[in-house]
Amino acid sequence: MSGKALLEVHGLTAKVAGVEILKGIDLSVRSGQVHAIMGPNGSGKSTFAKVLAGHPAYEVTGGEVLFEGRNLFDRTPEERARAGLFLGFQYPVEIPGVTNSSFLRLAYNTVQGARGRDELDPLEFDDYVQDKLKLLDMDPAFLERSVNEGFSGGEKKRNEILQLAILEPTLAILDEADSGLDIDALRIVANGVSRLRSPDNAVILVTHYQRLLNYITPDYVHVMDDGRIIKTGDKELALELESRGYDWVADEYRSRQAA
Amino acid sequence: MISMDALKSTYLDGLLHGQREVSAASVSWLNALRAEALERANALTAPTTRDEDWRFTDLSPLYKTVLRPSSQPAEAAASMIEPWLIPEAGSRLVFVDGVFASNLSVLRPEDGVVVSPLAVALARHGEYLQGQLGRVVASSDDPFSAVNTAWLRDGAVVLVDANRDVTHPIHLLFVSASPGVAVYPRTLVVTGCGSRCTVIEDFRSPHQDVSLTNAVTEIAVGENASVRHLRLQSESASAFHIATCGVRAARDGCYSNVSVSLGARISRYNLNVTQSGEGTSFEIDGLALISGRQLADTHSFLDHAQPHGRSRQLHKCIAGGAAHAVFNGKILVRPGAQRTNSAQESRNLLLSDRAHVDTKPQLEIFADDVKCAHGATVGQLDAEQLFYLKSRGLSEPTARDLLTFAFSAEIVERIGLPSVVKSLEDTVIHRTQS
Repeated sequence: MSGKALLEVHGLTAKVAGVEILKGIDLSVRSGQVHAIMGPNGSGKSTFAKVLAGHPAYEVTGGEVLFEGRNLFDRTPEERARAGLFLGFQYPVEIPGVTNSSFLRLAYNTVQGARGRDELDPLEFDDYVQDKLKLLDMDPAFLERSVNEGFSGGEKKRNEILQLAILEPTLAILDEADSGLDIDALRIVANGVSRLRSPDNAVILVTHYQRLLNYITPDYVHVMDDGRIIKTGDKELALELESRGYDWVADEYRSRQAA
Repeated sequence: MISMDALKSTYLDGLLHGQREVSAASVSWLNALRAEALERANALTAPTTRDEDWRFTDLSPLYKTVLRPSSQPAEAAASMIEPWLIPEAGSRLVFVDGVFASNLSVLRPEDGVVVSPLAVALARHGEYLQGQLGRVVASSDDPFSAVNTAWLRDGAVVLVDANRDVTHPIHLLFVSASPGVAVYPRTLVVTGCGSRCTVIEDFRSPHQDVSLTNAVTEIAVGENASVRHLRLQSESASAFHIATCGVRAARDGCYSNVSVSLGARISRYNLNVTQSGEGTSFEIDGLALISGRQLADTHSFLDHAQPHGRSRQLHKCIAGGAAHAVFNGKILVRPGAQRTNSAQESRNLLLSDRAHVDTKPQLEIFADDVKCAHGATVGQLDAEQLFYLKSRGLSEPTARDLLTFAFSAEIVERIGLPSVVKSLEDTVIHRTQS
């Protein structure tokens, strides 16, 4: 198998508010790969994404996760981000009073500093960010607005991908990067993600819809249900899910478990 | 052991001690005004937490502090006020321990505009001032205003003729320079019909010792005139600061106020704004950023006494350490003040478990065709916002600072003067990081 191991998840279980949501997840992601995680609402997809990023509301109760061979869970969310893990939020958070440009520069310089690279001053950063804006067909006026405040759903999602483009993580977990987007916005977001792919990084697309996968071809498609990955296939599986729904996968899983 | 009651009953006397030695004013009506205020002050007692208006603000630390009147203003060098200069400002009046410092002041003559210390204004506009001074803020029921007026000997006077547009903000800098003194700043602003001006009141001290500032500001906004009023209070962390600002707006007048309280051990700001004509507009913004054992109390009273008044108020408090923020925002809509449109919001951020805030919006509506809204929130930093920032690599302290800064930014940006905004932003960042 080519590429190096980026993420290894073994028997991961997690709770939120005392309720077990993840019931034993196994997943292995190598550099250069695109994984799609699909599944019905409430199957635990978003929880999995948030647990990886270190959201404080989620409690890891078992299993282990290695990121580039090192335990992920002994690191704070900010340490994970600096190590090259990125979560694209399903619902990006609005931060009134903080301009997008200062937020992006602060994040960029923090992550760069952790990588032992030079920080950029506001002017240098402006040059750097202009190229990234073009990639996502974003108006530079975005930079002067407060982070996500008053952004449309599509603008928020593009702002997430802009952060992805700026921070250049090793592993990007994009939680429903496609929901709420019209076809044009979807194409822009998907093209942005595709152009950021390299043999050294990997992407996990958490999605509800097959549509996104027309633009970003996954190497693996995983179906998640009731806190577990119950089936893994290739991009054909996504098409099959689109036409047949999820029930048959769950039925198949149950009969397999019974046998 | 002297009881608190005994202390407070003699406290005003103590503040008034030496008042009789203040030289008589050049005009008899001012002497009469002072005498009347002295009489009122003698009749009133200093407030305690048993008074509804002072429930949350305990002045006993002040009552235990002996302060002397500033007989001789401190020598003030230009270097002292250097950090407080506002490049965007035009005229600047500087008062050191309550006394006009001509060497530090800059007077830019402008047609139809008077910006001058009281003594000079009295000589040229005495008769006019008689009808204005002590009119918007009466000595009648507030002991501190009465004490201020009893001591009234100097102050800042801003008079703007009809239809004048005063391009540069007027900077009134009140420096409490000597430790242990009580000073009584006074400001009078009267603007003519259709005029526009910006006045900055700026209270500073170069030391970290105890002192008392007891200030009174009177603002009469002319018909269809606009007054922007910025108020910065950044006195010593051991200081006491008690101030009353009264505003009266004539028909279609606009008054906007941005007040920022950073300093003083105990500060109290009374802002009383009333309509003398219909169709006025009030924009009131406040920010208190306090820590340690500071207490910052803002009492505002917006009096919709006439129809078609609009008011919008946003007051924010950020309290860290064991600090205590108080906001009491009363809005009165009197009978007949129809079509009043008023919105008030009090938002409070607590940065530590020991900090606390008392916020009390008070709406009293006696007219039936009005639109009034108010709300109050008290919270800590938002956990989702913190996580979002940390998920982008920002450390916990950096994320907290950024969110605290953002909370204050909404008010700070409304100041609109780049140098003041910048310096306040730096202060906020410095404060949150310490």
